[in-house]
Amino acid sequence: MADLKTKAMGIEFKNPVLTASGTFGFGEEFSEIYDLSLLGGICSKGLTLRERGGNTGIRLWETPMGLINSIGLQNPGVDNFINHELPKMKSYNTVIIANLGGHCEEDYFEGIYKLNYTDVDLIELNISCPNVKSGGMAFGIKSSVAYDIVSKLKRICRKPLMVKLSPNAESISEMAIACEEAGADGISLINTIQSMAIDIKKRKAVFDNVYAGLSGPCVKPIALRMVHEACKNVKIPVCGLGGIMSAEDVIEFIMAGATLVQIGTANFIKPTIAEEITRDLSAYMDREGIKTLDEIRGIV
Amino acid sequence: MKVVISQIMENKSVSDGIFKLTAEFSGEIKPGQFFMLKTLDNSFLLPRPISVNDAGEKEVTFLYRTEGKGTSKISSMKAGEELQLFGPLGNGFDMQELKGKIAVVGGGIGIAPLLYLTKQLGRNADVYLGFKNCVYTVDEFEKYAGQVLIATEDGSIGEKGFVTDYVEFSKYDAVVTCGPEIMMNKIINNCKEVGVKCYASLERRMACGMGVCLGCTVVTRNGTKRACKDGPVFMSEELI
Repeated sequence: MADLKTKAMGIEFKNPVLTASGTFGFGEEFSEIYDLSLLGGICSKGLTLRERGGNTGIRLWETPMGLINSIGLQNPGVDNFINHELPKMKSYNTVIIANLGGHCEEDYFEGIYKLNYTDVDLIELNISCPNVKSGGMAFGIKSSVAYDIVSKLKRICRKPLMVKLSPNAESISEMAIACEEAGADGISLINTIQSMAIDIKKRKAVFDNVYAGLSGPCVKPIALRMVHEACKNVKIPVCGLGGIMSAEDVIEFIMAGATLVQIGTANFIKPTIAEEITRDLSAYMDREGIKTLDEIRGIV
Repeated sequence: MKVVISQIMENKSVSDGIFKLTAEFSGEIKPGQFFMLKTLDNSFLLPRPISVNDAGEKEVTFLYRTEGKGTSKISSMKAGEELQLFGPLGNGFDMQELKGKIAVVGGGIGIAPLLYLTKQLGRNADVYLGFKNCVYTVDEFEKYAGQVLIATEDGSIGEKGFVTDYVEFSKYDAVVTCGPEIMMNKIINNCKEVGVKCYASLERRMACGMGVCLGCTVVTRNGTKRACKDGPVFMSEELI
């Protein structure tokens, strides 16, 4: 029987399959469909210090095997998360990860201060949201800027800190190294890829923000390459995500070196998919005679 | 709500670009709710939100218009083939609030969720259906409603012009509408003038259908709401 238990960043995960921020809300809606304790963990919707209403105009656009979104970090804010969402999330009996974004250093500081004294298991630091002007991703492009913010936040952060990288970074390997040197406990990648769509009838960009984030199966080969590149350059655990649709996709990310994975857009395509992938992963390992994922991790 | 792989019992064209699909499903469904439909191949990525046109003990029926790749692909499916159904989703109509004499006003493919509603309201419902020129599934409304009035823009069938011009709103205890936004806005304003409560079922681009992606938001007087989870039915006073 395959053993999916995974230890990373000082946390015991039941299995390496987490759900990605922004594709799972705070878990409540999914808890009506399946038992969330079967998951390795849940990343919260991207939080900001204060509540945000999100972007105007069209927010979703389907592409061949992809989805472009311009939600714009609509969220209830850190305080509402702590008071209303977190207690419910803790009842799901799985690892709870707070995804925290920000506009400026102070936002991140204050957000972490608040999350420090909660039951959150892990903080995923979002320095890679492409949908918020003058913020978020600004920290995720240059590795020197990322080093600066991560090292400062790491000094005050009492929770394990996983930094979520943008595929729009100048160099993924330099970015991964910068985060490791700054003291990050782990990294996750990739966030969505900056992209755009044009309405040729209106002769206008589809999105009010013009550019928006691409996800889904079409980004998987890029995500896989970036995860591979990061894994070759750092020793801290890497959480791989980008277009995962099946247990076989998970195996690819593990072979590229990932310790954990996240299921994102696939949750929209089939709401029960994360739990199915977990089960299929176990079945695949049994079939292939793999006892633990360490046997195949990073073998490529 | 649940995810099921369901067998198609029937999928037929009822008018130009309008299809009616019946598939196996058992479970309680409220009028005004919808399902996310997806083919099992990878011909398109995201499931499509389609409202419930009718429901029985062991089946659910959808009336839909082919708009793009997804609905076109769904329209090409045959009886016996399987598709993924996720639902029922959304709030649906609050039947407790729909007491007395009700006007049900639909435009074009917006008539889809109103049949199942009319079936439950019965003779208390007067149904007003507006179309451009092709008329479909009117006879089904006639089976249940108190009366049915049809209007086409070119007058080829029924009254000529916009269906909204033929509704005496003040006669009713409540009005329910689904259709083009321009039509619904007119109805909302007319109801406001005569002080009749009005419920509108909205259509939005969606990815998840269950309230997590926040792609289908509606800005209301009570803050930003999700068409898929807080709606698709909204009280007109809430809408801006």
